Amino acid sequence: MSRKVTHHLPPAMLAQYAAGRLSYAFSVLAAAHVSLCRDCRDQLAAHEAAAGLLLEEAAPAAVSEDLLPRLLARLEEPAAPQDRQVEDGARPSGIYPGPVMMALKGRPPRWWHLGSGIRQALLHHGPGGSLRLLSVPAGRPVPRHTHRGTEFTLVLQGGFHDETGHFSVGDVEVADARLEHTPTADPGEACICLAATDAPLRFSGIVPRLLQPLFRI
Amino acid sequence: MDGAQSADERGTALDSQTRLLLAVRDRRDRAAFAALFAFYAPRLKAMLLRGGAGDALAEDVVQDTMLTVWRKAAQFDPARATASAWIYRIARNRQIDIFRRETRPLPDDAGREEQEKDAFASVALAEQVHRLRAALRQLPAEQRAVLESAYLDGLSHGDIARAKGLPLGTVKSRIRLAMGRLRRLLENSAKP
Ligand SMILES: [Zn+2]
Repeated sequence: MSRKVTHHLPPAMLAQYAAGRLSYAFSVLAAAHVSLCRDCRDQLAAHEAAAGLLLEEAAPAAVSEDLLPRLLARLEEPAAPQDRQVEDGARPSGIYPGPVMMALKGRPPRWWHLGSGIRQALLHHGPGGSLRLLSVPAGRPVPRHTHRGTEFTLVLQGGFHDETGHFSVGDVEVADARLEHTPTADPGEACICLAATDAPLRFSGIVPRLLQPLFRI
Repeated sequence: MDGAQSADERGTALDSQTRLLLAVRDRRDRAAFAALFAFYAPRLKAMLLRGGAGDALAEDVVQDTMLTVWRKAAQFDPARATASAWIYRIARNRQIDIFRRETRPLPDDAGREEQEKDAFASVALAEQVHRLRAALRQLPAEQRAVLESAYLDGLSHGDIARAKGLPLGTVKSRIRLAMGRLRRLLENSAKP
């Protein structure tokens, strides 16, 4: 886990995660990277420390007089299951960090075959973007493609390289509409990545454009 | 119960809120919890009102946050966070749960190294936070206001932009500038 990560989250993304401003898909990816990266864990702690200091110095707003007695009366109440999940997160399992296990709801991924041995498991799809796992066989290139919107790819197993560099476990590649690339999985083992986008991917090779909405890629 | 203070609590380098939280963690001290409530509840409410919540909703989130502080105090580690940072994170989790009906995914702890639990780590953290506080105080008023907005306002930059009547790009670049300034102040304070 402590191997040195070389491609990190953009700094602004950590600030936005700290402030709760990322969409669900992006916040799963950010929390998963932080689970694997000591540097970004420290950065996030620094953002929260700064936020905490500003909270301390915020001009207070009067609260209702009965708020404290109502709260004290509830202290021994057991926590609802939903509350426990909000505060405890999920444990990592195998190659999947806790945040990914949470998005998987604790179950193994349900893979769909996309062709050429490439598989995908959709974890979340909503107005704020989509989140999926991608598995590419060792040594296999992914057909050349571009991106609508912004896409973050976090490596969970194996590695890949493309025109911009090499990425291994813990590394994040940030792609936007300007990047057209052909990522190729490293030899050895399948490359499994978590990909979060704020728009659907455009493939030009495997699946005809017409079918893209059906496959949600 | 006298003499039951933990080694953590005795650390004088720690700020008073963090010491109160340790009394809650180690002794389930209700008076300390009430003191934490007296300090944080009005500040958390102010943050939630900034975020666009109405009065009643803001108090619901405050109540949920403080209830979670009581329940989860055993997980608090002064080597990793001050009370304020820890409670801020909980408040954001509760706010996202209640406002968006979403569970914010949290980083897991698998990658944390044991040495971080070192007894000196909480003092080291307290010193760094002390420097951060000094740097925040040196920040020009308008940049400090930008950071307050970045950390304490609502759950989207779009909301902040609308509230201030500014384009989204302007809001984001102002935040970047203020963060850069804060970083430089911190770097200067690190020099002997
Ligand atoms: Zn990182």
